[in-house]
Amino acid sequence: MREHGLKLVALVLLALFATACDEGPPRLSLWHAYRGDEATALEEAVHRFELESGLGVDVLAVPFAGYASKLEAAIPREHGPDVFVDVHNRLGKFERLGLVAPVGDALGEAKDFAEPALKAVTVDGKVLGVPLAQKSFALYINRSLLPETPKTLTALVETKMPAGTFPFAYESESAYSHAAFLHTFHGEMLTSTGDFGMVGKEAEASLDLVHRWTEEGHIPGDADGALVAQLFSSGKVAAVMSGPWLLADLHVRFPLRIEPLPPLDEVHGAIRPYLTVDAAMLTPSGAGKPGARSLARFLAHERSSLEIRSSLGRQILPLRNVETQDAVAMAFRRAAEDAIPMPTSGAMRAAWVPADQAIRKVLRGDASSHDALVEAEERFRNAAAEAEPSSSPTPLFLVFSFGLVLAAFALVRRAKTATFRSDLRASKEAYRYLGVATVTVFFLVIVPLLVGAVTSFYSGTRNAPVYVGLANYVSILTARGGPLFGNGSFYRTLAVTVLWTVVNVAFHVVIGLVLALILSKPKLAARPLYRVLLILPWAAPSYITALTWKGMFQKQFGAVNALLGLVGVEPVSWFSKFSTAFAANVTTNVWLGFPFMMVVAMGALTSIPKEVLEAAEIDGATRTQRFFRVTLPLLRPSLLPSVILGAVWTFNMFNVVFLVSGGDPDGSTDILVSEAYRWAFTRDAQIGYAAAYAVIIFVLLFSTSELSDWWKRRRDAQARAAIAAHVLTEGA
Amino acid sequence: MKRIESLLSHLLLVLAVIFAVYPVLWLVTLALSPTSSQARAVILPIPDSLSLGNMKLLVGGGTPGGVALFLRQLGNSIIVSTATAIVSVVVALPASYALARMRFVGKNASVRTLLATQMFPAVASAVPLYLLLETLHLLDSRAGLVLVYATTSVPFAIFQLRGAIESIPIELEEAAMVDGASRFVAFVRVVLPVARPQIAVTALFAFMSAWNEFVLAATLLSRKEAFTLPVVLQGYVGEHSAAWGVFAAGAVFVSLPVMAFFYFVQRQLIEGLASGGVKG
Repeated sequence: MREHGLKLVALVLLALFATACDEGPPRLSLWHAYRGDEATALEEAVHRFELESGLGVDVLAVPFAGYASKLEAAIPREHGPDVFVDVHNRLGKFERLGLVAPVGDALGEAKDFAEPALKAVTVDGKVLGVPLAQKSFALYINRSLLPETPKTLTALVETKMPAGTFPFAYESESAYSHAAFLHTFHGEMLTSTGDFGMVGKEAEASLDLVHRWTEEGHIPGDADGALVAQLFSSGKVAAVMSGPWLLADLHVRFPLRIEPLPPLDEVHGAIRPYLTVDAAMLTPSGAGKPGARSLARFLAHERSSLEIRSSLGRQILPLRNVETQDAVAMAFRRAAEDAIPMPTSGAMRAAWVPADQAIRKVLRGDASSHDALVEAEERFRNAAAEAEPSSSPTPLFLVFSFGLVLAAFALVRRAKTATFRSDLRASKEAYRYLGVATVTVFFLVIVPLLVGAVTSFYSGTRNAPVYVGLANYVSILTARGGPLFGNGSFYRTLAVTVLWTVVNVAFHVVIGLVLALILSKPKLAARPLYRVLLILPWAAPSYITALTWKGMFQKQFGAVNALLGLVGVEPVSWFSKFSTAFAANVTTNVWLGFPFMMVVAMGALTSIPKEVLEAAEIDGATRTQRFFRVTLPLLRPSLLPSVILGAVWTFNMFNVVFLVSGGDPDGSTDILVSEAYRWAFTRDAQIGYAAAYAVIIFVLLFSTSELSDWWKRRRDAQARAAIAAHVLTEGA
Repeated sequence: MKRIESLLSHLLLVLAVIFAVYPVLWLVTLALSPTSSQARAVILPIPDSLSLGNMKLLVGGGTPGGVALFLRQLGNSIIVSTATAIVSVVVALPASYALARMRFVGKNASVRTLLATQMFPAVASAVPLYLLLETLHLLDSRAGLVLVYATTSVPFAIFQLRGAIESIPIELEEAAMVDGASRFVAFVRVVLPVARPQIAVTALFAFMSAWNEFVLAATLLSRKEAFTLPVVLQGYVGEHSAAWGVFAAGAVFVSLPVMAFFYFVQRQLIEGLASGGVKG
């Protein structure tokens, strides 16, 4: 007996030991958001580290679009990596969120790094990242169009070109690109005190210059990165200003040359783009592991890592002394000498959107540079201001207790009704059917929502929240102290949202219903083919199709203007007016949404018995009568839920607005929820503020549906009363 | 008269098909163009020369083990989306039946709460969901992802199916119950078959909501082998630039199974009450 016991203990110990062994030595983990050759090169460098150190490293490439959210969710819960690679300008935010720790000995020899790169990863005197690569603009030249580079950029821009080609192009709409010229005029995006810097004579001069270039047709307007790349590689532009990333996807048949940017002109001197530094950052847990630190050090210093990253990955190393024969690398290194490291401050995030908006406005000629920039400054201040901390929970407490009293009152009233007990007993069966769904919905839907709602009473970041009570709400509802119906104010955005919802849902339902009705006809030829083709917009991932639509609405090269041109319509600048930008958004969203309504209507149509329609036809009802008197009323119960939910979803459909018009012109096509997203993700991560927006949206929608319910009940009651009265009078 | 009508129907349908397909043709063109070609037509989306280069890159032809990994990720997508469809319908059906047919205390309140949940925009809901899955030890698993996707599809499924059941004549069940069937049997044997088209629509919706989602999947999954296809596709879009050709190839690729699925489901949409249902 005792022997058996011992054996058992031994067995358990053995099992424990075995599982412990199974795990092997702890592995390190590294995350990055690179793609293509850059990713392959980094992974190869990590592999070389594994061989050299004997440590195992798990590498994960996260899509850029989900990277930030993943880092923010995983690292504080200690499910994050030990090392991750990201751009230095996010360090300020990462530090506030507690996602990074000082790198310590992972930095290696500090004097090996180029000075700007080292400065870039230093926040408040702490080194928070190990520089791996640097990125800044250089000049890509198509030698067959431009055999010799002019001495200055101005001369280049004014070079005569054959029709249909441009001498120069860059992503003129983005503040990130424009900063290169802003700095040339000695302007800055952010002042040293963290205020909006893109105002005054210098900033205006830089914008006026670019505006003139666009007006005179030297550079293509309305250009985003994809268009610039496309124009250049198809030989329609002689030279472009872009970063090293362009190289990866460039497959050209002409002689290509990359040079440092020439000076703007004799007076203003060098063009000074922003410098960004990709750095290996250590999470708090990773910083404690010697292995993780030596991984970061290896990546930044070790010859084998440098070699593969610079050759295959085409990365520009941020080191002081690298011998390189590569002309491209040399050009980028020289170009970087004039570059200015991008600030890490969180205020920078709040500066981009207003700056972008101002630039687009000026380039389209919608406002003078002065007016646009003054407005941008106002927007920035508005966005950067956080709610004052509030020490007193009283107002909030009052609101809550009022709600609780109301709820309790309603409950008591219900419980006092005579039949309550028997009702409850009779409900037992229904509860059995509801059980699983209730639990699912409660834990998966309601609890996360409540957690979200609670954050609306706070400002600041997730790990250092500051209680502000109802301040976020007050600020939203008073339009942040600005004019109540001004651009970007809550009330104006609300009006746009309502219009957006009504128009979209109307189109969805009408198109969906009409198509479903036609498709439900018996003996229609090629019916399955039509059905399958019509569902395409729903089947393709909306992210890329929405971007396709945006491309189709591009002014100079888009398909929509080309089609309109066939019938003699002048090219329309779609995103410069509210009406056209709104129409572009609606078109995209109608395209995306009608198949869903069509499918729902097809399903709903099956529930109408043919006999009823036949009976109506025999009774002599016309087609219109049959549709409005028979089909539509019968469709209602199964169509209504989708219409209501469709309306709610459209109300909250942010990605179309985001991807197509981006709120242009001037934030006027933003809807409430895209506004909330801006607060959450671009304006210095004011999650609490965004949550307050969400709660307000919720309250609005909820009270609307309650009101319409109440109205319907009242109307029904009135109708019943009228019928009763009618019957009574008839009877009399 | 009949001919003109039929012609008009086809005209309308063709117009709708052009509207639906035109933007997608751009994607197809982009997907089938050689990786190096950048010249682009302005009106008619037709590639200058055909190439399967992007498709090859997409399915991982370039790297060792790439094809196996891609197939695995495709498998993840199919499993997760199908499971989401099944879970949503199975969870929602009894609840929607109760909501459609039974009287119980709190019915109004629960319908409203359910509708209310759809009204709350999910700004930054990724973190609360992350915490939830962490507590359940379901991070990095397909089951966890299905659970998360159910959050969007279950409420819709309940609404949709409740409407569907309400539109079925109650006499059918009553007849079955008179014949001695219990309520549950009547529900399973009578209601479910008749509601089949609507169940198909609901399942399709749930499938789609999972099939194209990437932000939550990227946040919750931390192994390449566990990734779903949308996460893989989104990986072709970097911060500064994107491999649009491969992305477009992927977009075309992921649309195909949906259309195939729909092709089979649509037969359910033609039948329904008019044909099979009433007989049962």
